[in-house]
Amino acid sequence: MQSSVNEERQATAAPATSASLPPAIELKGISKAFGPVQANKDITISVAKGAIHGIVGENGAGKSTLMSILYGFYKADEGEIRIDGKLTPIPDSQAAIRAGIGMVHQHFKLVENFTVLENVVLGAEDGQRLTPSLSKARKSLTQLAKEYELDVDPDALIHDLSVGHQQRVEILKALYRKAEILILDEPTGVLTPAEADHLFRILRNLKNEGKTILLITHKLREIMDVTDSVSVMRRGEMKGTIPTSSTSPEDLAERMVGRKVLLQVDKTAAQPKENILDIQNLEVIDSAGVRRLKGIDLNIRAGEILGIAGVSGNGQSELMEVLGGYRKGTGSVKLNGQELDLTGKHSDGQSRRHRGIAHVPEDRHREGLILEFAAWENTAFGYHNEPEYNGKILMDNATIRKTCAEHMEQFDVRPPNPALHARNFSGGNQQKIVLAREISRNPDLLLIGQPTRGVDVGAIEFIHQQIIELRDQGKAILLVSVELEEILSLSDRIAVMFDGQIMGERHPETTNEKELGLLMAGMNTATSGGTA
Amino acid sequence: MEVFDTIIQISDSAVRLAIPLLLACLAGLFSERGGIFDIGLEGKMLAAAFLSAGVAAATGNVWLGLFAGIAVSVVLALIHGVASITFRGDQLISGVAINFLAAGLTVVIGQAWFGLGGRTPALPGDGRFSNLEWPVADALKDVPVLGPVYSELISGHTFLVYVALLIVPLSWYVLFRTRFGLRLRAVGENPGAVDTAGISVVKLRYSAVIICGVLCGLAGAYLSTGLAAGFVKDMSAGRGFIALAALIFAKWRPVQALMACLLFGLLEAIANRYQSIEIGALEIPVQFMQALPYILTVVILAGFIGKAIPPKAGGEPYVKER
Repeated sequence: MQSSVNEERQATAAPATSASLPPAIELKGISKAFGPVQANKDITISVAKGAIHGIVGENGAGKSTLMSILYGFYKADEGEIRIDGKLTPIPDSQAAIRAGIGMVHQHFKLVENFTVLENVVLGAEDGQRLTPSLSKARKSLTQLAKEYELDVDPDALIHDLSVGHQQRVEILKALYRKAEILILDEPTGVLTPAEADHLFRILRNLKNEGKTILLITHKLREIMDVTDSVSVMRRGEMKGTIPTSSTSPEDLAERMVGRKVLLQVDKTAAQPKENILDIQNLEVIDSAGVRRLKGIDLNIRAGEILGIAGVSGNGQSELMEVLGGYRKGTGSVKLNGQELDLTGKHSDGQSRRHRGIAHVPEDRHREGLILEFAAWENTAFGYHNEPEYNGKILMDNATIRKTCAEHMEQFDVRPPNPALHARNFSGGNQQKIVLAREISRNPDLLLIGQPTRGVDVGAIEFIHQQIIELRDQGKAILLVSVELEEILSLSDRIAVMFDGQIMGERHPETTNEKELGLLMAGMNTATSGGTA
Repeated sequence: MEVFDTIIQISDSAVRLAIPLLLACLAGLFSERGGIFDIGLEGKMLAAAFLSAGVAAATGNVWLGLFAGIAVSVVLALIHGVASITFRGDQLISGVAINFLAAGLTVVIGQAWFGLGGRTPALPGDGRFSNLEWPVADALKDVPVLGPVYSELISGHTFLVYVALLIVPLSWYVLFRTRFGLRLRAVGENPGAVDTAGISVVKLRYSAVIICGVLCGLAGAYLSTGLAAGFVKDMSAGRGFIALAALIFAKWRPVQALMACLLFGLLEAIANRYQSIEIGALEIPVQFMQALPYILTVVILAGFIGKAIPPKAGGEPYVKER
């Protein structure tokens, strides 16, 4: 392996690199298997120094695994890693840090009840005693904040910080460890558009300082906006690296999925009819006494999709939960002109379903499915008391199994095996199981939260089509999503929530991400925009 | 003056009774701060009490007894560690198993060795820790107020009492002012953060468990060679569980742990001294007094002390995310 060092360096010089500089990162023939699953197959990639390099791919394409190997979190079964042209084995994260690699994980690796300073210092202390390390870090943090617009109060506790600030702490952690290469795994999933813009400014600053950045994302627009080059992965394989300037979102999507994908949702104008849902002055106070909903007024008509935009945690979940029947509230909610019971004994999920409200919860792992149960059992949940699933004494499992198999065929669930545990399906297929269950009852109103969170591009297309189809059948649909693109492409009307209130309603044709972003941050632009 | 003497005597006894709780509580503190819940404190204490007394009785040397007690406690702690760190088992079950193991084995082995129905023989003078008299304690005895406080309350405890009290500030310093402490607290809150920082979660958690074993060993040794002079069946009497309650009461902080344990010690001391208390016509029965520490435990565990938030990753084995 060592004798061939020089040959290989020449053979794999990246096209984007100037001849004199070796690439910052060079992965060669990386393979990694988890049991029978081949997560990475013979991956070769090279990233020029000082570049922002994107890596795209569907869920399970092996992006995160590859980055975890580079960060020493996993050990590759085969292959080699070169940093700045030097063969660098990375058996653990400590080695990666020594090699100048820092990583910002999708789920932040921060200790919530520690201060920013303690989190930055953790693992990079200078000696047994803590105090000198902390004061050194404090100085260094002030310096970094100035250089890169990374302002964070060093003494703030992590759980008091917004997600955007928490992410900055993660970046600071890497920079404090003198990282020259920064890996970011799905960094914008939890950010508002403004925060994402700020992040990209930081990334550009870092790039100008000569740092190399690897950006993993499924948002093709971000790739187009900030990267210099992009690699596409599919099913554990590297499907090529291209300069960003010579590709397009459509092209990337096609490479990711392996076939043509419609990124734009194909839909006709809505034909809204009578009012289905009428919400007036809806209030929710949670168990800690905090007002989560502060007087919500909304209506949805048959045959239209009302999209709720907002940064998560601004009351969208509570709204869904009240309507879905598992949170109490006050005010008035009318379905087809009749009051819903918001506090009494009919305020539960089953009564809601009987009234014609179907619910695809935001968190399908916690509320939509029981992961350790078989798919067919999950098909019955929420409807398990229905006569057709029950015999005189025992449940009619055969019918449930049959129904599940039918759902799987209609919704193209793969693998179409009702006996498989829900956990073993991919995110997209899990979502299809939930969606099939909920819409098979022909509801009047469908509540659907984060329909495509953790769902791959191909399945997103399918789920979006299903939602539009339902609308065209004359259902009322309440869509909650943190993905602005999704809200803009699916909704017929958009309501923006901030701090438990509706900041305003807009029409997708007459608004844009910028305006919605301002509303999501609580600033009412008061431009006409097309208020309903 | 008589009231004052009584107060001094009760306080003195409260300190003695608080020490095993304190040591066990600090043991639990290190373990749980590191993310390993340990309801096996009781078992480790009991095993250490037995082996300390056994070895001390056989050799006549209390120091050998102390080391034997610490050793057996560390071994049990490591069993808990292997089950819950290496094999990622359920920490409650492993803790319960250790409690049963200790309760049974101490009696069986005790009977086999000494044939006294599970007891060890009463320990001779060199076989237990004697009280350390502080300088000029005797001379100051008759000085009003300060005299008795010095000569009875401060002076005249065994070596282990002072060690335990010193471990309190030491624990605070280690936890909050050293690198090891920062990492230990981090691994109990978010082992993922520790792992990605390039530090071994497994090593940290094993060190937490070993510290827990050592402290439980001290607690057990104190029971049979300091507080009493020999081992009797089930002599830990639920102290391991009360220590856990005190740990929650103290919200996993060392100085507060001392306060909590002193409170429990005080209740036990009062119950020991007054078999029954008459308030006017009302007579509080002895059983009630003896139940006081346990009633307080229930009250604490029912959450009447405000929100006690345990280390977030406690009780959960660490598995790398995919």
